[in-house]
Amino acid sequence: MAEITLDHVTKRFPDGAEAVKDIDLEIADGEFVILVGPSGCGKSTTLNMIAGLEDITEGELRIDGKVSNDKTPKERDIAMVFQNYALYPHMTVRQNMAFALKIAKEDDDTINRKVEEAAEILDLKAHLDRKPANLSGGQRQRVAMGRVIVRDPSAFLMDEPLSNLDAKLRVQMRTEVSRLQKKLGTTTVYVTHDQVEAMTLGDRVAVMSGGALQQVGPPQELYEHPSNLFVAGFIGSPSMNFLPGNLESGTIKTPIGDIQLPDEKRKKVEDHSGKSQGVVVGIRPEDFEDAELVGDNRDRGQVISAEIDVLESLGSDKFAYFTVKGERAVAKQLEEIARDAGAEDRTTGDGIQVTARLDAASKAKEDAKVDIWIDVSKVHVFDPDTGKNLTL
Amino acid sequence: MAATNSTAKAKVGWGAANLIVVVAAAIPVLWLASLSFKDPSTLGDSRFIPAKWTLENYKGIFATSLFTRALINSIGIALIATFLAVVLGAMAAYAVARLNFPGKALLIAASLMIAMFPPISLVSPLFNLWRIIGLFDTWPGLIIPYLTFSLPLAIYVLSAFFREIPWDLEKAAQVDGATPFQSFRKIIVPLAAPGVFTTAILVFIFAWNDFVFAISLTSTTRARTVPAAIAFFTGTSQFTTPIGSIAAAAIVITVPIIIMVLIFQRRIVAGLTAGAVKG
Repeated sequence: MAEITLDHVTKRFPDGAEAVKDIDLEIADGEFVILVGPSGCGKSTTLNMIAGLEDITEGELRIDGKVSNDKTPKERDIAMVFQNYALYPHMTVRQNMAFALKIAKEDDDTINRKVEEAAEILDLKAHLDRKPANLSGGQRQRVAMGRVIVRDPSAFLMDEPLSNLDAKLRVQMRTEVSRLQKKLGTTTVYVTHDQVEAMTLGDRVAVMSGGALQQVGPPQELYEHPSNLFVAGFIGSPSMNFLPGNLESGTIKTPIGDIQLPDEKRKKVEDHSGKSQGVVVGIRPEDFEDAELVGDNRDRGQVISAEIDVLESLGSDKFAYFTVKGERAVAKQLEEIARDAGAEDRTTGDGIQVTARLDAASKAKEDAKVDIWIDVSKVHVFDPDTGKNLTL
Repeated sequence: MAATNSTAKAKVGWGAANLIVVVAAAIPVLWLASLSFKDPSTLGDSRFIPAKWTLENYKGIFATSLFTRALINSIGIALIATFLAVVLGAMAAYAVARLNFPGKALLIAASLMIAMFPPISLVSPLFNLWRIIGLFDTWPGLIIPYLTFSLPLAIYVLSAFFREIPWDLEKAAQVDGATPFQSFRKIIVPLAAPGVFTTAILVFIFAWNDFVFAISLTSTTRARTVPAAIAFFTGTSQFTTPIGSIAAAAIVITVPIIIMVLIFQRRIVAGLTAGAVKG
């Protein structure tokens, strides 16, 4: 058991590139923290620095209060699950799990007992004498987990451990990992690029981009109060809709119509930025609703009219896609997200595509006009230059 | 593939092609075998099946120390050269595959260049040099040039193997608490075993077959290997040709190689293709 503290940790490669910039993160004993971000954001490098596989250029890493920058992985007493599992192919499952204990020169009885225990927990008992090549993906993944838990280390580090599994198995293993971590109560740092995994697994989620920490907090907080455009766009699926806007004395002119901010939000935005300026408006798909179904809440929001291009019915909800005339919102952080999603050129004609999540009872039809209500109390307003959320 | 091969016509075609290759490769060896069993008086009868079978040629070569001593030299020199090439090559290859160090590209280019060098061009300078420093006609005098030519090969083959081993395995071993040497010995070497076998066999064959260095850098039975010694064979009398003995000696040194390659064939093939396919 251990707490891990990253104190202004920076990683600079010999060519001068900064992979990780000045990260401050405190991980409490027993906590499950997720590092999430697009590929190349420095999350794996951060994990490797905690593991001791990469040197720390600047700053301090403390494990249990002790400075550990120069300690070997062995001395740090951490165990790691690798993305490709990194099972030793020439050893049986039993030998794989026992390897670390053998190196640590534990006696055979203890090793056997620990391996059997771990195999019991992970349902691997029947496979102990098989080689990794003869196991399925899910079983290999469990062996990788087993190799980690037999050691009973002070912390688990996991580097995208589920990304090699197929979708169904991934969901299943996700629950498994979560349950295991709760049961063992071991401090865990988990790296993933999948925001769904991040939201569902962690006690706290740390969003990274371009080597820097963007926001750290419980999943719900990140979702409801993203501190900047990057976090807002990265967390949530389908992702938040962004529209360019112009703030003019409390009203934001946007391509889908004028949005009148509630007083409280308007104050905050004006405190941050003055009375008038260009902004980016962010609205989550579920903050739209079919105007006919809103009922009493209608006053709280605003109604616009839209022609639906595509309607997807999922049974529980309907996703309505419509296009708004105008230029897309331009901001540096939005480009980063688009680049990661490989969607830099995804435009439908020259409009802005908006996704709305409507109630299943909605009577909206494709290619027909429908009144859509926007919950303005949930609207986010961002500064296009800094990306900062002005409504916080 | 199955579709193109399945027609009878294609089968016959491929079969014929294979037959031609096999025959072309096997005839000289079979002829040599036939010669080695012929009685000296029938050596020139141009018959494939010996008219008079005899083992005299084999008895003859083992009767004198010329051949037996050369055989010991050959085995000793080839084994030592193989061992050194594999050990040194493994370490160099590991560095080439895993580390980024200044001059790495230069090292690879230089070793490739050395492997391309025609051995014959080195013989005269080496002959003079070896005589001056006292390596002429010694085991090290042959082992060193063999290493020169086999190390680049060893480095190439082994580094291809090491590169195939995911780096994460070493990281995993490191996190599991293994020292670099422990992870090299317990993880890397066992996984690269096919590569080590492949390299060892290729180097052994190279050293075993070499004639140019062996004939030029030796003068007595002290270090002369079999390919060179065969050139010194004489007939039982001044008037008999030594062809029967030469054939017998050639068979004696070829057969072990063939057997070894057949035994390790699977490993070699697995080794030669391991660099190409992700497995």
